[in-house]
Amino acid sequence: MTTLVIAEHDNASIKGATLNTVTAAMACGGDVHVLVAGHNAGAAAAAAAQIAGVAKVLHADSEALAHGLAENVATQVLAIAANYSHILFPATASGKNVAPRVAAKLDVAQISDITQVISADTFERPIYAGNAIATVQSTDATLVITVRTTGFDAAALGGSAAVETLDAVADSGKSRYLGSEIAKSDRPELTAAKIIVSGGRALGSSEKFNEVMTPLADKLGAALGASRAAVDAGYAPNDWQVGQTGKIVAPQLYVACGISGAIQHLAGMKDSKVIVAINKDPEAPIFGVADYGLEADLFAAVPELVGKL
Amino acid sequence: MKVLVPVKRVVDYNVKVRVKSDQTGVDIANVKMSMNPFDEIAVEEAVRLKEKGLATEVIAVSCGVTPCQETLRTAMAIGADRAILVETPEELQPLAVAKLIKAVMDKEQAQLVILGKQAIDDDCNQTGQMLAALADLPQATFASKVEIVDGKAQVTREVDGGLETIAISLPAIVTTDLRLNEPRYVTLPNIMKAKKKQLDTFKPEELGVDVAPRIKTLKVTEPPKRSAGIKVPDVATLVDKLKNEAKVLG
Repeated sequence: MTTLVIAEHDNASIKGATLNTVTAAMACGGDVHVLVAGHNAGAAAAAAAQIAGVAKVLHADSEALAHGLAENVATQVLAIAANYSHILFPATASGKNVAPRVAAKLDVAQISDITQVISADTFERPIYAGNAIATVQSTDATLVITVRTTGFDAAALGGSAAVETLDAVADSGKSRYLGSEIAKSDRPELTAAKIIVSGGRALGSSEKFNEVMTPLADKLGAALGASRAAVDAGYAPNDWQVGQTGKIVAPQLYVACGISGAIQHLAGMKDSKVIVAINKDPEAPIFGVADYGLEADLFAAVPELVGKL
Repeated sequence: MKVLVPVKRVVDYNVKVRVKSDQTGVDIANVKMSMNPFDEIAVEEAVRLKEKGLATEVIAVSCGVTPCQETLRTAMAIGADRAILVETPEELQPLAVAKLIKAVMDKEQAQLVILGKQAIDDDCNQTGQMLAALADLPQATFASKVEIVDGKAQVTREVDGGLETIAISLPAIVTTDLRLNEPRYVTLPNIMKAKKKQLDTFKPEELGVDVAPRIKTLKVTEPPKRSAGIKVPDVATLVDKLKNEAKVLG
């Protein structure tokens, strides 16, 4: 029994989500191998080799793999899939893009977003926006799984696995990468941040969102998040959205400002260690999950908080 | 270009589901059911392609129990031309649904399939990608913009950290993200018109698909409850609590 983890990386380094996925892989039992499929990704492969508990790193390098196109990455995984009992992806945008493609080609089900490994074939996963937890058992020969990174600790570093080079697959010719607009920011990534400050519709405009929330994020060294209402209203970019259909986060500290706390938002942040809610509506559902609730106008309270930190 | 739009009947997004006491699932008796919100966005996108003259016909398809007909009528009220129900009382998992839609796609010779990225009941986020794999077609998931130019689709995708644009050849599979469009309000005249549109029904066996579930649900439980904490009177107390009680600030 050997588990393959598909690394999330940017060719130069390994993303944090890979470390959580390795921890889930170790819980499945057996050896853990990591696949780094990329272009000029030697540094990422070397970084993967340092994850404690990893027995082997497989490195496939080709221009066809540069941008993680689903068709090509899935084919690369399928080329070695027969060697593995479990194939694990982090439940990130790229993991979710590729994993079902691999599962369908193997004619097996996929188990999405696991939060706990009960045994080698049995897992827990949230359904209905986290309002229920299903314990599910696979009956398939190969298990294709995506891992909710907040459910597992990051694997430690300090390993020294061997790196083996694989033949890279050819380009499918079906899809082509044209470009991307990735916001450059010095802030921590939302899903890896220790502290997140998040704003809701009460901010009222993107100018106010920026004016009120940014100083707090700067002061705390925090990532910025937003509710779907704030994103829909155009106050914050879509990739800041925390919730059922956005990012699932579990930081040490989550500060929700002007967020009422719809179930879809709570689904994305209720596993945070400490939750602070600042809201002027005493009936806001967010107070039902907050460790510390402050009933106040955020336009006064947040700047005061920045001043006192 | 024929466009196929799979739609799923799910518990309405405003309903907070309750776990059954025997832990066999969630209680959906007498609960309001609606079209999965992402699928509504998919129908809207397909109808807009038709309105732009890029699509010739929009066909909605749903897999599941008889009342899925209502979901299909809603799709036709938004503007789908006709509908297909693959009717079965069996529990359908994403792999089975992908196989059923693949069979319908082949039958209809559809050039484009637009699906919601995720259903808000099982939260799987699998069916579109699985369909693309089974049909050996390119996929563009989590789309926030779709343009059809010269027999190709140029799709902007929501990815971690921002946006990515890819070009895919047609036929292809696209899955929708929230910002792709805002579905139109369904009007009464269109609801009436939808009642007269064609709705065909097939059984999975007629499509030659084995829908047996691959994953067994052993139990469904309540998530651990997070208890409410305390209300603090002012910002100073909040800072003090965070520093000295929760110890999350240095």
